[in-house]
Amino acid sequence: MAKFKTRLKAKLKGDKVNVKAIMSHPMETGRRKDKKTGETIPEHYISEVIVSANDKTVLTAEWSAGVSKNPYLSLNYAGKAGDKVKISWKDNKGNTGEAEKTVK
Amino acid sequence: MKRRTFLKGSLATSVAVTGGVLAPSIIFAKDEKVEEKAAEASSGSATDPYKATSVEDALKALGITPEDSDKITVTAPDLAENAAVVPVEISTTLDGAEEIIVLISNNPTVLIAKFKLTELMDPAVKCRFKVGKTGDVIGVVKAGDKYYTAKKAVKVTKGGCGG
Repeated sequence: MAKFKTRLKAKLKGDKVNVKAIMSHPMETGRRKDKKTGETIPEHYISEVIVSANDKTVLTAEWSAGVSKNPYLSLNYAGKAGDKVKISWKDNKGNTGEAEKTVK
Repeated sequence: MKRRTFLKGSLATSVAVTGGVLAPSIIFAKDEKVEEKAAEASSGSATDPYKATSVEDALKALGITPEDSDKITVTAPDLAENAAVVPVEISTTLDGAEEIIVLISNNPTVLIAKFKLTELMDPAVKCRFKVGKTGDVIGVVKAGDKYYTAKKAVKVTKGGCGG
């Protein structure tokens, strides 16, 4: 889905791999109102994020709507060049997204 | 003990008034047990931590009582330029950190994120959060069977949670 684009960067720094990801997602809290209609915009947020390297889980995150719009995530893990880093997410409406990169 | 029971009783009857007035002085006095009692009395039943509206409720719903630690670093700006996007970094030097929980004290939903770490990963995450009102960004780290906490005050001039 082009609407939810996931961007991923994985870079080797010494013996650590720095992973940076940006997911385009509205992250609605369910408290905002549509200015034209006055209706409350229903909550819509990424609830689960999994980062893995070579099919091994590095990080599992549970989020609420308090995470900013178009969430950004950065982390370091002990890895090497050639690792396949993958990020996948799921939101509360069942949308999913993922991105994969090979560490250079 | 008598004073506590008395406090609890009086709080239960006039939560709105006494709770509001007592809370700050209690926090400054650092008498955590009284604080807990106050929170208990003023809160309803909060079983879902993601629905909790105060830090005490959220921690209670999670079933944890963290202790302060200087081995956790919460990095956030003193003054948020854009409250909807506040960059926060939480890192720890505690051994065997398994989980990082992020709470923001004055948000409508206090519990923001939970990061489950693995041994592959450095115990540090960087992320961006919405901060509704001036308050604390609280990092809770689980290491072993214990929870540790540290916080950082963030000042907000304009709200970041819509409205």
